Amino acid sequence: MQSTADAFEDLRKDFPVLNRRVRDNKKLVYFDNAATTQKPNQVIDAISDYYQNYNSNIHRAVHALAEESTEAFENTRDIVAKFLNIEDSREIIFVRGTTEGINLVAYAWGRDNVKEGDIIVTTEYEHHSNIVPWQLLTQEKKAQLKYIDIDDNGELMLDQLDDYLSTGKVKLVTFSHMSNVLGTISPVEKIVSKCKSAGVKVLIDAAQSVPHMKVNLNEIGCDFFVFSGHKMLGPTGVGVLWAKKEILEKMSPFLGGGDMIREVHKYETTWNDLPYKFEAGTPNIADVIGFAKAIEYLEKIGMDNIRNHELELTKYALEEMKKIPGLTLYGTKEPEKRGGVISFNFNDVHPHDVGTIIDKDGVAIRSGHHCAQVLMEKLNVAATNRASFYIYNTKEEIDVLIAALQNVAKVFKL
Amino acid sequence: MSGDPIYTEMIIEYSRNPSNFGKIADAHIHQHDANPLCGDTIDLYLNIEDNKISEIKFDGHGCAICMACSSVLTEMIKGKSLDDVKKFDKDELLSELGLQHLVKTSPVRIKCALLSLKSLKFGIYSYFVDKMKDSESAGNLNEEAANLY
Ligand SMILES: Cc1ncc(COP(=O)(O)O)c(C=O)c1O
Repeated sequence: MQSTADAFEDLRKDFPVLNRRVRDNKKLVYFDNAATTQKPNQVIDAISDYYQNYNSNIHRAVHALAEESTEAFENTRDIVAKFLNIEDSREIIFVRGTTEGINLVAYAWGRDNVKEGDIIVTTEYEHHSNIVPWQLLTQEKKAQLKYIDIDDNGELMLDQLDDYLSTGKVKLVTFSHMSNVLGTISPVEKIVSKCKSAGVKVLIDAAQSVPHMKVNLNEIGCDFFVFSGHKMLGPTGVGVLWAKKEILEKMSPFLGGGDMIREVHKYETTWNDLPYKFEAGTPNIADVIGFAKAIEYLEKIGMDNIRNHELELTKYALEEMKKIPGLTLYGTKEPEKRGGVISFNFNDVHPHDVGTIIDKDGVAIRSGHHCAQVLMEKLNVAATNRASFYIYNTKEEIDVLIAALQNVAKVFKL
Repeated sequence: MSGDPIYTEMIIEYSRNPSNFGKIADAHIHQHDANPLCGDTIDLYLNIEDNKISEIKFDGHGCAICMACSSVLTEMIKGKSLDDVKKFDKDELLSELGLQHLVKTSPVRIKCALLSLKSLKFGIYSYFVDKMKDSESAGNLNEEAANLY
């Protein structure tokens, strides 16, 4: 029986890119997983297998290839449903990613349900994709957009939610399950139960949670749930929107075109059944098929094991980083309350400079505003550095990061 | 570290002690710009006398490359005529700091290096357009600024 750390180390052989050298023949240390993760051979191979052996459009033709591709595509829907513990896979809508999923809800649900004076509540630690669609909607409808602020610990101030709900005007509360900058895990149960008592709909941006922890949608009780495949070993261009059937059935369509129709006449059209009503046009067949392999890969490891592995790495990294003088860490100090995302600044050195200098040592982190400028304003910084971990990362790699940071101190004579 | 150096003594020094840093109240030209990739911002202030840049300052947040390039740019064009500024080329600026290699090696960081030059060209362009009915005098500055990187 392997130790758990060894078992995780062993995964690395499945990820061809982890073998490559970068810059001056340095081993790649990939810590930009919150942006997108690397892909294992299982996913890459499934995509080339589709193109090499059964490439064909789905749902329409009756020939052999079309049957195979349709089956593989629809099989992914069942795999996603099982992964999230959803009984009815018709509630799974394939989209391009989190951004498209949120926009779909803002457009198709929002335009029918949000009226002048209504309130949409979001939070200060949202990704731009969970802010801008709501700005567009509230501006169009003369509705209001309100924010739940964060406290000094990087946690949501839920009292404010109570205040908003008590107005009776809130139509939707939308928040990220886990912040892509601070790593804070939102108190989902509390938020959902408050909203349910008030009869308010809830959207969860799960782009940073589903890849890293067990999620049981049957228990959460939200109304909309959105995430991206590429942040969980899957290909780019595949995401999932889940919503309850009753809601989806009442919603107007998003895009009009092929596949989403039942009958088209010159001046009117009837809609196809779920989920196809929301999947207009030829979908991203190859990548949806590849995404199934990503989920299977994660399930084989076990989501709880993944969470524990990342927690170990995060604890270790936080401890080592605390020892570096002049390094500011953002977010809660309690590792259990956060995912494997660490944002930091290093003295007054601009994050771009930190990123460029440690890149010379092969360390890939993210420097910038992380599509969260509202949060940057709150933290009173223009940008941060962000290291984010995944299943294939190791403590030795964190040591490389720490050494690289010491190099930054040397260059800037700190 | 290897390859073409970025973090030379000179760049670190300028980033620590930028020259011409600050604001000019009621400047003849005030141009604000931002780098959407990283959120860095710059404000460029210029006064023009006898068609020459009599005074120039910059203000803002930026990485070491951005701060060093902005400093050197302001030093290089202070006192120059507007015609000279129109002709001022990015290579002149980059070579002053030994950063020509960024054009090829780092499409991301080149934007940090040229943010202030882009603001300068936009700023002068707007000034020409405001000042002169014959906006052709502005030449291709607007287009040049837009296509700088
Ligand atoms: C919390 C969060 N929401 C939304 C997104 C947007 O995801 P995508 O770019 O895949 O649409 C991201 C990823 O950058 C994210 O981290």
